[in-house]
Amino acid sequence: MTSTPASAPPLLQSRALRFSRNDEPVFGPLDFAVDAGEALLVQGDNGAGKTTLLRVLAGLLRADEGEIELHGRRADAAHRARAIAYLGHLPGFKADLSALENLDFLCGLQGRRPGQSTEHALAIVGLAGYEDALARQLSAGQKKRLSLARLWLSPAPLWLLDEPYANLDLDGIELVNRMVQAHLGEGGASLVTTHGAYAAPPVRTRMLILEKAA
Amino acid sequence: MIAPAPPPGAAPPECTDPPALAGHDLALPGLAGTARALLLRDLRLLWRRRSDAAQPALLALLVVTLFALGLGGEKQALARVAAAVLWLAVLLAGLLSLDSLFRGDAEDGSLEQWMLAPVPLGWLVAVRTFMHWATTALPLLLATPLLAQLLYLPAEQLPVLMASLALGTPLLSLLGAVVAALTVGMRRSGILLALLALPLYVPVLVFGAGSVAASAQGLDPVGALLILAAGLAVALLLAPLAAAAAIRIALT
Repeated sequence: MTSTPASAPPLLQSRALRFSRNDEPVFGPLDFAVDAGEALLVQGDNGAGKTTLLRVLAGLLRADEGEIELHGRRADAAHRARAIAYLGHLPGFKADLSALENLDFLCGLQGRRPGQSTEHALAIVGLAGYEDALARQLSAGQKKRLSLARLWLSPAPLWLLDEPYANLDLDGIELVNRMVQAHLGEGGASLVTTHGAYAAPPVRTRMLILEKAA
Repeated sequence: MIAPAPPPGAAPPECTDPPALAGHDLALPGLAGTARALLLRDLRLLWRRRSDAAQPALLALLVVTLFALGLGGEKQALARVAAAVLWLAVLLAGLLSLDSLFRGDAEDGSLEQWMLAPVPLGWLVAVRTFMHWATTALPLLLATPLLAQLLYLPAEQLPVLMASLALGTPLLSLLGAVVAALTVGMRRSGILLALLALPLYVPVLVFGAGSVAASAQGLDPVGALLILAAGLAVALLLAPLAAAAAIRIALT
């Protein structure tokens, strides 16, 4: 595991981040930081705002108050696109395209980690042999694995994983943990939301527990 | 699973890679790269669903043919309305496929990934709108000389009609993109989409068909064509931005 110099600003820093929907507070104010080589486990009950927090960090939602900093600089759209890979509930695959075509498109859109091939990423997530299978023919768990392959190909250092363990079998859960571990080993960082029922990746983790706003 | 579980150590396959934090700028696609990826994706999807894709063109063909039959194939009557009928047919064909412009991408989460891409959302919207034009209006534009024959359009009016369609149909697609983006957050938007689009389409139709009518009366059609061109120039700049803003609102 790479340890960051003490002077380096954290990969992600949130300051007094607050979000409310229709004047109902969802979460916040939240202060937390994630260093390179670190994972932040975001835990909380259903409806506690885990998904919303990740969407705010990804820039899909605008926070009411507070600041998000990436590498010590205020996050803007261009900066986010470089630094963040987001795995949400909707995978963004076209049902009529094959697994390989879907991955190629998303890499064409968001960039590709140098030296990584799409076929290799499919093999890593256990989808070797499914290159030409249409996305509509994949099971929910296999779609999740395809999303993980997309994530693996992303050049972004910060992974925002929203329920990465959902729909996966035991082997798949192990796969997520191994991928997070490898990503952190390369100097990346990761935010992972869970209900807390699954084993966490064996890496340096911080915990952020969200509670339902009263 | 056909493939066995990846062997231990498969996840970090090439740990000698440059760390993800360094040099990742080089891996980011630019405007041209994202446009190529999106165009390629849309062409593949079009080919996989080619029977659906042919629908707008078939509708336009149907409208033109039925008009010709409905007016009894009378040459004088047809020649008078030929330009307006062709314009309407192309407009309706574009309207038919408008709802699917962003809806599929919104429902499967693709739009979220677009928003996270390192290029402005407006650019991707513009590329997608270009595909809408290229797949619905362009084939009809190429078929217009044949369809014009069916309707006895006087030969000297054909160049004006082609010019007005060439300027007007991209304008229709761009205006349509804004409307489609505004309604993308709704479950079912069929009627609302048409209601919102029609007032925007009316001036385009008036100037487009009007330019041909003017030339039929021996007047100069250039004025109407220039207005279409001006509208197109403005829409090229503003419509993708407006549609992108509408998509952002719809997704939050």
